Amino acid sequence: MQFWLIQTLNSVAFGGLLFLLSSGFSLIFGLMRIPNLAHGAVFMLGAYFGATFIELGINFWIAALLSGLGVGVLGLLLERLILRRLAGNEQGQVLVTLGISFIVADVCLMVWTGDPIPLPAPAALRAPIFVAGFAFPTYRLAVLAVALVIAAGLYLLIERTRLGAMIRAGVDDMEMARGVGIPISKLYMLVFLLGTALAGIGGTLGGPILNADPGLDSQMLPLALVVVILGGIGSLVGALVGSLIVGFLYNFGTALVPDLAYFVLFFPMVLVLVLMPQGLFGRVPQ
Amino acid sequence: MRAIFSLLVIAVILIALPAMVGNEFYVNLASQVLIYALLAMSLNILVGLGGMVSLGHAAYLGVAAYTDAWLVTNAGVDTLSAAFLAIAVTTAMAALFGLLALRAAGLGFVMITLALAQILWGLGYRWADLTGGDNGIRLASRPVPFGIDLASPTHFYYFALVICSLAFVCLWRLAYSPFGASLRGARDQPRRMRMLGHHVWMVRWIAFIMAGFWGSIAGLLFIYYNQFIHPHSLSLQQSAEALLMVILGGANTFLGPIVGALIITLVKNVASSYVDRWNSLLGLIFVVVVLFMPQGIVPGLKFRWTQFTRRGRKVFVAAPAPPSP
Repeated sequence: MQFWLIQTLNSVAFGGLLFLLSSGFSLIFGLMRIPNLAHGAVFMLGAYFGATFIELGINFWIAALLSGLGVGVLGLLLERLILRRLAGNEQGQVLVTLGISFIVADVCLMVWTGDPIPLPAPAALRAPIFVAGFAFPTYRLAVLAVALVIAAGLYLLIERTRLGAMIRAGVDDMEMARGVGIPISKLYMLVFLLGTALAGIGGTLGGPILNADPGLDSQMLPLALVVVILGGIGSLVGALVGSLIVGFLYNFGTALVPDLAYFVLFFPMVLVLVLMPQGLFGRVPQ
Repeated sequence: MRAIFSLLVIAVILIALPAMVGNEFYVNLASQVLIYALLAMSLNILVGLGGMVSLGHAAYLGVAAYTDAWLVTNAGVDTLSAAFLAIAVTTAMAALFGLLALRAAGLGFVMITLALAQILWGLGYRWADLTGGDNGIRLASRPVPFGIDLASPTHFYYFALVICSLAFVCLWRLAYSPFGASLRGARDQPRRMRMLGHHVWMVRWIAFIMAGFWGSIAGLLFIYYNQFIHPHSLSLQQSAEALLMVILGGANTFLGPIVGALIITLVKNVASSYVDRWNSLLGLIFVVVVLFMPQGIVPGLKFRWTQFTRRGRKVFVAAPAPPSP
């Protein structure tokens, strides 16, 4: 019983992390039609930034925000300096983000070496909470709470604000949106900043669970892809539901059949692709 | 006529190569170039002819190599049967992956091929009982076809050269066959092709399977050459290298992937003896090629050559497409 409860909680918390990773990916893809293959590397960079900030004695949560900001600024530069020059060239954008991810991963390896760097959870959250006789890891509950708050914030931002309405308009029909005077170019910058910053924050928050190590990018990127394939491109709800599904499958897969953890992801993906290729909540027709 | 002459010259050079360079190191390097050229050519069926960018082509090389090594090492199957089984398994997998990936077009296709290949990579690492995990699988010896021992670098080079030449001829015929024409048609004008009664989806699927088939042949050469297979061969980096070879050389040309394979393999070998930052270099080449040489080297050189031979005459250059807003 304890096992199942704990694993369920772990799955949901991991799903929360995946949401931080994939919501940014999905937003960027939805608005800009760029599958940012550097997103896994950005997540890893966030974890390393976080580790460094914490080592400097900065408070954990502030470190997470700072690394989100740092990574977001790098994302902004990437968009402005490189991706902007390739507007309309989807294939080129895919390849460039892939190239960037290799460079980022290699630089991380150079700066932080190949040894995994464990990130300490905030001191206040290290002791487990006891509920009805079961011990729950407090930190994971906190991660889940943060992810939910961010999800709610994003939802309000996208669905309830003027800015969100502009983004939605851009996702649905970019030309018309531009035609009616929506500053698409600024939106691109903003969404890229936001999307990469979310991944950066996710990287730091994931640090105490996953460690910052050189394989983190190639571990997380396929998960983000599967989340987006499952949930549908450009849909926030899709990213949330997809993250939870993948979180459960991956976590239970790792716990029960560690050899086949990735394989477990294969079947839901096949099922969704066969039955509804646009994803569970996909709005953009492929 | 000139094309035939150039081909003859290249053939003579390729055949005389081991005698010319003499050194085993360079003969082995040439064998590697051949293996990657075959991989890049197989990927180019999708990327060049079909206009479908696949970021999971390492899957076919890796699975064929793993299957062959596993069958020979752990199941005691003889070399020839293992090779055929490996090709069959890999081609069947390509058929399945094609069914899935062709549910989407464009970017969706890229993402699905990438996700599928990454799942295989994860299996390669985690399913240690089958794949040996991080230890990989070792193949005890290279095969001995018709009594020729491939352990010698020169013998192996000629073996790879024969296989690659065969593949070259087959793929050349494919590119200029009616099927190749309908694949290009499906790339450029899928709607019109549908109107004309072509089964666009089927054409693409068959192309996907063919790419997987030739990828598996490259995988067999790979395992014979290295006698070792590691999950790295299934990784995104491997797929990306293959794609870079195609794009760097020029996806819309037949020779492009071969030139790309030559350059990347040489750069990789040269660079790795000076710096151990191959990944950064690879990423940098990606960025530079996409930004400054989007058509690849072969079309770029062709253009220069035409300019050179038509010096004095006015050459009309198509204006670069205006950046879409």
